[in-house]
Amino acid sequence: MKPNLLLAVLLFVYHSFAQTTEVISLDYSQLQPLLHQNSESVQVVNFWATWCAPCIKELPYFEELNKNKNIEVILVSLDFPKHKQKRLIPFVEKHKLQSRVVHLDDEDENYWINDISTTWSGALPATLIYTQNRRGFYEQSFTKEELFQEVKSYF
Amino acid sequence: MKTILFAFSLLFLSTTTDLVSGDGYKIGDVTTDFSLPNVDGEMVSLADFEGAKGFIVIFTCNTCPYSVAYEDRIISLDKAYKSKGYPVIAINPNDPAAIDGDELADMKVRATEKGFTFPYLQDVGQQVYPQYGATKTPHVFVLQKAGDDNIVRYIGAIDDSSRNPKKVKKRYVEQAVDALLAGESPSTTTTKAIGCSIKTL
Repeated sequence: MKPNLLLAVLLFVYHSFAQTTEVISLDYSQLQPLLHQNSESVQVVNFWATWCAPCIKELPYFEELNKNKNIEVILVSLDFPKHKQKRLIPFVEKHKLQSRVVHLDDEDENYWINDISTTWSGALPATLIYTQNRRGFYEQSFTKEELFQEVKSYF
Repeated sequence: MKTILFAFSLLFLSTTTDLVSGDGYKIGDVTTDFSLPNVDGEMVSLADFEGAKGFIVIFTCNTCPYSVAYEDRIISLDKAYKSKGYPVIAINPNDPAAIDGDELADMKVRATEKGFTFPYLQDVGQQVYPQYGATKTPHVFVLQKAGDDNIVRYIGAIDDSSRNPKKVKKRYVEQAVDALLAGESPSTTTTKAIGCSIKTL
C-alpha cells in the first residue's frame, strides 16, 4: 500500500510541476480556418508579438473583450519560433492571458499577409474583426475606446 | 436609409485605404530627394551619390527584432551592390521620443557594433517615410536613377524568410537590382513581410 501512496504523491507533484501553459504553433493552412469560423459571435483576431510595444499596450483591451460571451478573441503571436519557449510562453503565464493564444510559424509571409488582407502591409499590431457577413482589417494600434467602438459596430 | 449606409460604407472604405497605402510612392513614381543626418554627423542626400545607378533605400531601426534579424543581410546587400552602383541607404523612420533606443546616438552605437558599410540616417521630423509610404521596419524601396530623377522600381521585403535566413528561397531585392543592372524590369515589383509599425507620438 505504501509504495502505491508514494507513487500517487510523486505523480501528483510531477503533474503540478509539469502542468505548464501550452501554446500551439500553427502553419498558415492550420491558422486559416480560425480566420473563417462560421460563428454567431463576433470574432476578433489580433496579430501581435511579445517584443511589439504597441501590441502589449493594447492586449488588456482584447482580454477585456474576450470576457464578453458574444465575442471570441484569438491572439496570434508572431514571435520568432526560437523565442516561443523563452519569451512567448512565460509572457502568457505572467500576464495570465485568458484569450486563446496561438503561435503562427510560417515563413511564407508574402503569401499569407495578402491572404489575410490585401490591405495589410505586414506591420504589427494588426487586427481582423469579422462576423458571418462582415470583415474588417485594421493595421493600427487601438485605444480601448476605439477598439470597443469598432467591435460594437459588428453587432 | 440605403443611401446613408452607402455613404457610410464609402467613408469607411476611403479611410481604410488611406491608412494602408496613404499617398506613398507607387512603382514608377519619381522620388523627392532628402537631406538627413547620418550616424557619422554628415548630412546625406541621394544627389551626393554621383556615380550611383540607383539605390536600395531601407527603412529600418535599432529596436525592431525583424530589422535586427536582417542587419547582416542588409550589410551583405550593400557589399554586393554598392560597387555595382546600387548602394544601401538605411533610414530610421521612428520618432526617438516614441521609443527607447532609436536616438541618433543609439544608431551610431549600433552602426559601429555591426560595422554598417552604408549610411544610417535619421528621418528627423518624420517627413521622409510618409512620402515613401513606408509603414514598417524593415521596408525596402529600390530606386533607379534616370538622369536627375530616382524612380521607384521595387517595394517590399528583402527576401521571403524574415525570421530564418537559412530558409530563404527568393531574394527579392537582389532579383530586382540584378534585373535593373541587366537593363530589364524586375519580374516581382511588390512583396510583403511582417515588420514593426513605425513609431510616432
